Amino acid sequence: MDLPATPAVPAPLAPTGGTPISERAQARRETIRVLLKRPAFIIGNIVMIGWIITAVLGERITPYDPFNAFDVGHLPPGPDHLMGTDRLGRDVFSRVMVGSRDVLIVAPLAAILGVVAGTLLGLVMGYYRGIVDDVLSRLVEAFLALPVILVALLTLVVLGTSAPVVVGVVGILFTPIVARTVRSAVLSERQLDYVTAAKLRGESGLFILSREIFPNVLGPTVVELTVRFGYAIFTVATLSFLGVGIQPPSADWGLTVSDEYTNMIAGVWWPTLFPALAIASSVVAVNLIADSLQSVLSE
Amino acid sequence: MARFIARRVLLSLITLWLLATIVFIIANVLPNDVGRTILGPFAPQETVDALNERLGTNRPILTRYIDSITGIVTLNFGDSFVTGKPVLPQLFDSIGRSAKLAGLALLITIPLSIAAGLYAARRRDRPIDRAIVLLGVTSASIPEFVTGTILVVVVGVQLDLLPVLATPPRDSDVPTQIRYLLMPAMAMAIVYFGYIARMTRAGTIDVLQSDYTRTALMKGLTTAQTMRRHVLRNALIPTVAVIAVQIGYLFGGIIAVEKIFNYNGMGQTMLFAAQRKDIPMLTAGAIVIGIVYMLATLAADLIIAWMNPRIRLDAER
Repeated sequence: MDLPATPAVPAPLAPTGGTPISERAQARRETIRVLLKRPAFIIGNIVMIGWIITAVLGERITPYDPFNAFDVGHLPPGPDHLMGTDRLGRDVFSRVMVGSRDVLIVAPLAAILGVVAGTLLGLVMGYYRGIVDDVLSRLVEAFLALPVILVALLTLVVLGTSAPVVVGVVGILFTPIVARTVRSAVLSERQLDYVTAAKLRGESGLFILSREIFPNVLGPTVVELTVRFGYAIFTVATLSFLGVGIQPPSADWGLTVSDEYTNMIAGVWWPTLFPALAIASSVVAVNLIADSLQSVLSE
Repeated sequence: MARFIARRVLLSLITLWLLATIVFIIANVLPNDVGRTILGPFAPQETVDALNERLGTNRPILTRYIDSITGIVTLNFGDSFVTGKPVLPQLFDSIGRSAKLAGLALLITIPLSIAAGLYAARRRDRPIDRAIVLLGVTSASIPEFVTGTILVVVVGVQLDLLPVLATPPRDSDVPTQIRYLLMPAMAMAIVYFGYIARMTRAGTIDVLQSDYTRTALMKGLTTAQTMRRHVLRNALIPTVAVIAVQIGYLFGGIIAVEKIFNYNGMGQTMLFAAQRKDIPMLTAGAIVIGIVYMLATLAADLIIAWMNPRIRLDAER
């Protein structure tokens, strides 16, 4: 046995063992190829990667120090300051460049928390059905009736505002939404023969859920993660605008809009409009990615 | 039908009780000393204790829970920590003003988005359909306060077409009021356009592919007759459901819109309560909006059951 000279097994059988893996890899390559043909997917990625680069490089590439360089306040956009200056005379362009920093940490963490918890819940609800599903479904229903922004506001008032609390609140409020999506995906999977086969083999519920059903609902879960990431930016930006999200001295976009929006009426629109457009560009980019993923994976 | 309604109402009541319990848990069970939260970390302990005594926040948790649930049943949501008066009457005035704004937003967005969705579905995969889908994705993903900001800068300040603050002068007539509310309503309408248009498009595409649509066309009905008699009724079912869900979310987005346009509605009341740590006001707001959401989805389910007898009969079985 220890000398595998010429294989005793006929050659055609050897690839059979490897086929599922290479087939899966091939399918994945195919999905990526189709995705890269979609302009929406490419534009979304370029915009997001752009914001990540400016967030990471930050002060090394901004024309001015975004926090501690003070010029005259509320200078209109011009050659010295492309987007003008804010009320304290800081360069708006430099601040917009570093403004994605906090939201690009808080929002993905909230989305991941919501999707991980929601997927676990959805798998259990969809697979075990019965009383567990009935009770949890009622609870999910009640959570869905909660107005997200208002409950976040209440929780942040009770617990005090800090980044981990924002991540926790947004993540938990997203959990039932994800759970409902995963549950319905599991419901259609559990009817299929491979689940019955695994049951007949005597596999445990845990094994069937984690090794048989979960890989097959991975597609909707990935889509849900991207969609939730978009909503997380939406929600965190709104909370920052309301003053209970990301806190000063951050150059966060939502926070900046909150600081400067009262000056719009007086005609000082630049410190508000540019961060607002930055928020719009990032949420639209994430949603373009999510939308292309959804249509490619569901084909 | 009566059984269907009874069952549906019972389920709503259970959901409402769970919702009230979740809100109670957030407000009372999380590690939190109400007196300390209000007075801040430097207040002497005796003052904090006295405040907790006065607000009743030092009573056993179960007593407070029973109080809060019976409060909801008897429509008494407790007294404001700030004014000491019952919160519900204060809340009702501002909800009325918010309902005006939300109603105008829905009035703008529902016909437009349904029309866009139907139009796109009938021209599936043509450039105009792609454009509507892209517009839907874009508009649904931008937060209301961002759209509001852009509108204020472009329409209000640069073009000077509409007032930038939403509160109309006292005793103004209805057209003037609408003029003042138009921009904030548009900020909200844009977000909901995306959801409703996409849902209408998806629902219509499903129905257009069905056998009964093909039969209707093949037996010689005109496209208009087919759309009216066969397609619309079924295609709009998911749309009705999504509109009901959005009515609940509408009140979440309204907070930011009211802040941008300085409109004295429910959102401003909630923000003010958050700044003053007026927890009874915030919990009452969350529960009242929960009730609005529940009524909206209940109404939607009844409309759907009326539109499609199969759903009604399934539920009765």
